[in-house]
Amino acid sequence: MFAFVLRRLAVAIPTLLLLIVFSFTLMHLAPGGPFTGERALPPQVLANLEARYGLNDPLWLQIWNYLVGIVVHFDFGPSFVYPDRTVNQLIAAGFPVTLTYGALSFAAAVIFGVSLGVVAAIRHNSWTDYLAVGVSIGAQVLPNFVMAPLLVLVFTLWYGLLPGGGWSFNDPSFWIMPVIALATSYMASIARITRSSMLEVLGSNHIRTARAKGMPERRVILRHALKPAMLPVISYLGPVFVSMITGSVVIDIYFSTGGIGKAFVDSALNRDYAVMMGVTILVGALTILFNLLVDVLYAWIDPKIRY
Amino acid sequence: MVIDQSKMQSLSDRMAEVKGRSPWADARRRFLRNKAAMLGLSILVLVTLFAIFGGLAAQWSNEELDFSVMGQVAQMGQPSLENGHFFGTDNLGRDLYARVVQGTQVSLMVGIVGAGIAVVVGTLYGATAGYVGGRTDQLMMRTVDILMSIPYMFVLILLLVMFGRSMSMLFLGIGLISWLDMSRIVRGQTLSLKNREFIEAARATGVSSFRIIIRHIVPNLLGVVAVYATLLVPLMILTESFISFLGLGVQEPLTSWGALISEGAGTMNYGTLWQLLFPLFFFVITLFGFFFVGDGLRDALDPKER
Repeated sequence: MFAFVLRRLAVAIPTLLLLIVFSFTLMHLAPGGPFTGERALPPQVLANLEARYGLNDPLWLQIWNYLVGIVVHFDFGPSFVYPDRTVNQLIAAGFPVTLTYGALSFAAAVIFGVSLGVVAAIRHNSWTDYLAVGVSIGAQVLPNFVMAPLLVLVFTLWYGLLPGGGWSFNDPSFWIMPVIALATSYMASIARITRSSMLEVLGSNHIRTARAKGMPERRVILRHALKPAMLPVISYLGPVFVSMITGSVVIDIYFSTGGIGKAFVDSALNRDYAVMMGVTILVGALTILFNLLVDVLYAWIDPKIRY
Repeated sequence: MVIDQSKMQSLSDRMAEVKGRSPWADARRRFLRNKAAMLGLSILVLVTLFAIFGGLAAQWSNEELDFSVMGQVAQMGQPSLENGHFFGTDNLGRDLYARVVQGTQVSLMVGIVGAGIAVVVGTLYGATAGYVGGRTDQLMMRTVDILMSIPYMFVLILLLVMFGRSMSMLFLGIGLISWLDMSRIVRGQTLSLKNREFIEAARATGVSSFRIIIRHIVPNLLGVVAVYATLLVPLMILTESFISFLGLGVQEPLTSWGALISEGAGTMNYGTLWQLLFPLFFFVITLFGFFFVGDGLRDALDPKER
């Protein structure tokens, strides 16, 4: 197991380095630098600024300095637009918010999706099953940017039950709509995957044996069916996690939650490349870490995998 | 070896009487019987007709401002047959019907072109990796693994911001990421194909690797590729809409479902709900259509996957 994790890490770290080099090179290639604004700077000022930020160094040296800054000091450098803020500060301000509603949505999608799928599979071809399938098909075409306006329309504008935007760590009523908006379509996909894999497992020999020896149905399902049925769901968790973070771009704009997505979009509009790269790299690192966790979990649950 | 001519003749006569059922005919029958898939297909046909011919019915062009409703869109700009704004107007007084027709064209095109890129690149890449095998395969699939762990939506936005927001950049960005899944699926299928006898025969007669991939491997992959291509189109439409919702996708005067939904969502406080609901309706039914057809194709072509 330990060797397996090490081997996966051996792939993960170069991937991350590649992502950093890739995004840095991209930034370097992009037309227009951070100091080319509406008003042209005097050439001498421009030269001073470029010297200060090391923009005259050869590309490899710039990448190397940037890498060393991230790896050694965990420092993504200064913002290119706000003189008094660093990328770290901007990320630190938004990250806890994104993580909070992201984790809640992730949990909601998994818990409701799996329950819906399992119930549908147990009551196969009953009206419960049809209802669950109907709900999951309907929810699949409602991505976060569709759900967000619809939720605001119903819960804020029509009924006035929930605040239409903003964020507070102390008041859960601010959390409800972002979480529902993010979770709905993934809950649907998880429910569909769970249902079909559960149906397959329930038809397999070891379940028939468990039933034949008189095991109570509840125990058959919880002890013997659920675990193997979860394998396809687990391999889907990686993409779901990524989408939760990506979806924060829409959530932050629509609900003004002030998460990391807002930092990203603001910097995109300001051409603040330093912040964009910082966010991209951080999200990339999280993605890689999470995929690693999923692989380990998968290998741990599936007895057929030899590592 | 001597073949009795008359015997052969009688055999072939009998063959003509018994009508064989090819796997393709079987699949077509299963697909035509699938009610959800047929419903999806009819939705898609209608939406496509709307995109192509809907413009003919429009009373206003998509760029014209209707000054009679300007400033009082919530009262005057409602959907009505009398003033020719079938779907109402948007907040600037532009005809929403014409805009939705245009958005439908753009979104469908992005979906189909994006999926097309994925199909061509992913199929060739996956088939090559699977057929050549060995170290090349390792290297190619590692590359795919690495690309897959990149947060592509962020990179796509990065690309759009750095190199300007244009249609071609959008296609390039979507095309860059869309083929990854396809290449994995195709590689898996190729691995199971490449040791079959007909490939061996081709190799024995000295056909080049490239020709084997194009002439013998790829045609046998078409079923799987068709299924995933159908499921890819809605994913591409979703990606484009997501980007356009953020205002980074297609730019005015062009529009797309994502951009229209975004506009409608921004103005729904003012009582102009139709601006959200019309584009949303077309978006949702089209996604339904593609998902139904994709599922139907999968069931039809692969009867054991249920």
